[in-house]
Amino acid sequence: MQFFWAFIIGGAICAIGQILIDKTKLTSARILVLFVVVGVILGGAGIYPRLVEFAGAGASVPLPGFGNLLAKGVKQEIDAQGAIGILTGGLKAAAAGLMAAVSLSFLAALIFEPKAK
Amino acid sequence: MKTNRQHYDQMVKKASPNSKLGLNCFKAFIVGGLICVLGQFLYGLFESWGATNDQAATYVAITLIFSAVLLTGIGKFDDLVNFAGAGAAVPITGFANAMASPAIEFKKEGYIFGVGAKMFLIAGPVIVYGTLASMLVGIVYFFIQR
Repeated sequence: MQFFWAFIIGGAICAIGQILIDKTKLTSARILVLFVVVGVILGGAGIYPRLVEFAGAGASVPLPGFGNLLAKGVKQEIDAQGAIGILTGGLKAAAAGLMAAVSLSFLAALIFEPKAK
Repeated sequence: MKTNRQHYDQMVKKASPNSKLGLNCFKAFIVGGLICVLGQFLYGLFESWGATNDQAATYVAITLIFSAVLLTGIGKFDDLVNFAGAGAAVPITGFANAMASPAIEFKKEGYIFGVGAKMFLIAGPVIVYGTLASMLVGIVYFFIQR
């Protein structure tokens, strides 16, 4: 059942992205920014965590899930560290994904050559 | 001229029916959904290996990022995006591709202004506005707590 809802909710979030790309003139870069920011806001409001509980990876794997992670991190850091958490929470929560993407992208740039056009 | 223009608009409307949007959405839905199912499967796998909920979610993200960067490197991720559009771009794979793709593409401009700078062409704005939004959430949360 968890797989079913992961498929439905994850697919639906991607379909919304596709509608935005096709129906508006938003470039995919703007969509990425929009989805992460929406995820942060819904995460902050406590709505997105419920979606994650319900749909698991279907909610956490799409980019709003990344935003939700930032919101969750900021709250946890404020609970643990007080006001300083406002500054440290978001990046701290994103650190693993961010460093994975930075290091692997750098490695890819070392290994692979650009596609000949 | 104006009637021509209107006529043309009507022709465009006829030639690009909603079914194209429908098909694009369907493909995005299927591929995006499958990536999430893969994520769910990995999540269970990492949990069965003893990871906590948060750790498992992080390992899932890292695995998907690794896969997306690898596919980008061998030039296959573009094919996936051409087919599935947002289905490949909206999951965390799209974020990884948005970093790896320009990093490889701009290699010829050197490792500082090429790889180092261009890596953040799209990821930069995502991080800037994502973290700013998280700060705002933090400020609100902090004062609600008081």
